[in-house]
Amino acid sequence: MKPFTYERANSPAEAAAVAQTPGAKFIAGGTNLLDLMKLQIAAPTHLVDVNSLSLDKIEPTPDGGLRVGALVRNTDLAADERVRRDYGVLSRALLAGATGQLRNRATTAGNLLQRTRCPYFYDTAQPCNKREPGSGCSALDGVSRQLAVIGSSEACIATNPSDMAVAMRALDAQIETIKPDATSRSIPIAEFHRLPGDTPHIETVLDPGELITAVALPKPAGGKQIYRKVRDRASYAFALISVAAIVQKDGTGRVALGGVAHKPWRVEAAEPELPRGARATTAALLDGARPTRDNAFKLPLVERALAAVLAEARA
Amino acid sequence: MPGAISPAAAQGSQGAPAPLGVMLSVNGVEQRLALDPRTTLLDALREHLHLTGTKKGCDHGQCGACTVIVDGRRINSCLTLAVMHEGDSVTTIEGLGTPENLHPMQAAFIKHDGYQCGYCTPGQICSSVAVLDEIKGGIPSHATADLTAPVQLSETEIRERMSGNICRCGAYPNIVEAITEVAGRQG
Repeated sequence: MKPFTYERANSPAEAAAVAQTPGAKFIAGGTNLLDLMKLQIAAPTHLVDVNSLSLDKIEPTPDGGLRVGALVRNTDLAADERVRRDYGVLSRALLAGATGQLRNRATTAGNLLQRTRCPYFYDTAQPCNKREPGSGCSALDGVSRQLAVIGSSEACIATNPSDMAVAMRALDAQIETIKPDATSRSIPIAEFHRLPGDTPHIETVLDPGELITAVALPKPAGGKQIYRKVRDRASYAFALISVAAIVQKDGTGRVALGGVAHKPWRVEAAEPELPRGARATTAALLDGARPTRDNAFKLPLVERALAAVLAEARA
Repeated sequence: MPGAISPAAAQGSQGAPAPLGVMLSVNGVEQRLALDPRTTLLDALREHLHLTGTKKGCDHGQCGACTVIVDGRRINSCLTLAVMHEGDSVTTIEGLGTPENLHPMQAAFIKHDGYQCGYCTPGQICSSVAVLDEIKGGIPSHATADLTAPVQLSETEIRERMSGNICRCGAYPNIVEAITEVAGRQG
């Protein structure tokens, strides 16, 4: 690791003010950041440890939802009784990701900010526009089996690796933040992650130093809540594709996809097709997809996974 | 808890950051260390406290050889900085049992031959002990059929929960037998 200095933050506002300095980064669970620092893909010069900020509660909101503190560990969010009962798709998505050891450390906010696992982002001997803006994209003509099929650009075909964020997209979560000037805002998850365009190194709409303090879940959506993840191993592997769905008794519902794009992929205009089945819905969801030769299989895989999810919802 | 340390003041000579103080309780013993902030909890245990039972496998959270129990929860000690654990209680394989007084999980691994080369074993055992606590504590897993019902112990549950501990010798069936036996005894 490159040398860095370290401090423990005493308040969210103070943490945000310190972290707006170029080279500074927040650290919470550290499960992704330290991995990247060891490989010198990330090389912060100053770490702001936010673990002692009291952002680790899950509390009811006045409108009947839940407010999940930024530092709630993935294990605790997945195991929370209210989440298991009312937001099953979120519990399921969390439990489908990583390992017990990692979920015990990884936080809610950190999960939203984790970086892509594109092999060329990790290979520092290869060009990557996300790691080194302007250097080129090795994945376009490389091994792209895992990578994006929609919303990608000539500069980047990386995917967002999070399972949790896919469920949160289906749940219409809001991401609450505090900025270095101590103002706060609430960002709909639909707007939180960016598509790569020609600036794939900028992955979210957060400003420098802006700290996530919580994720607010709206009041429970009811219905059958299902998260289906398709991966190369039965456990501890990133998704080839995943489907987060909330399906009501009348067949209407919502669906978000993981493993297909630079952000959790949801197209609200496709959802009226849900009662007509997986084929019609997938056609609308993935309209405009531009897969590579290596990952064209993801399109029929999404359709089949969604068909299985809809069958499970009817059962 | 120390407050802000200014980057300039914390910069030592030759560009290396100045050491930071941290107090850890390791296997019940208070340890005060002065560490380069880059030191992982794994390196603090192995290189500074000479507790070499905890192993460095991949050093990237993929293999689980470095699994230790911090404040009752298993984590990858390679993916966390020691200075992030001020005041925390760390249990390593050396704290679970000794050759003369084995932890039940250690005894069961021996009985069921839950290893071949043994390199992953300390991580496997720390993970196993924590897994049984997680099941008792009602924490669900990907293998849990019903999220609203109490978690049942099964081979499928054990296998899923142990997926962060790789054994390249492939002792998995025997590891599952060892954990199953200890789980049965705990009832």
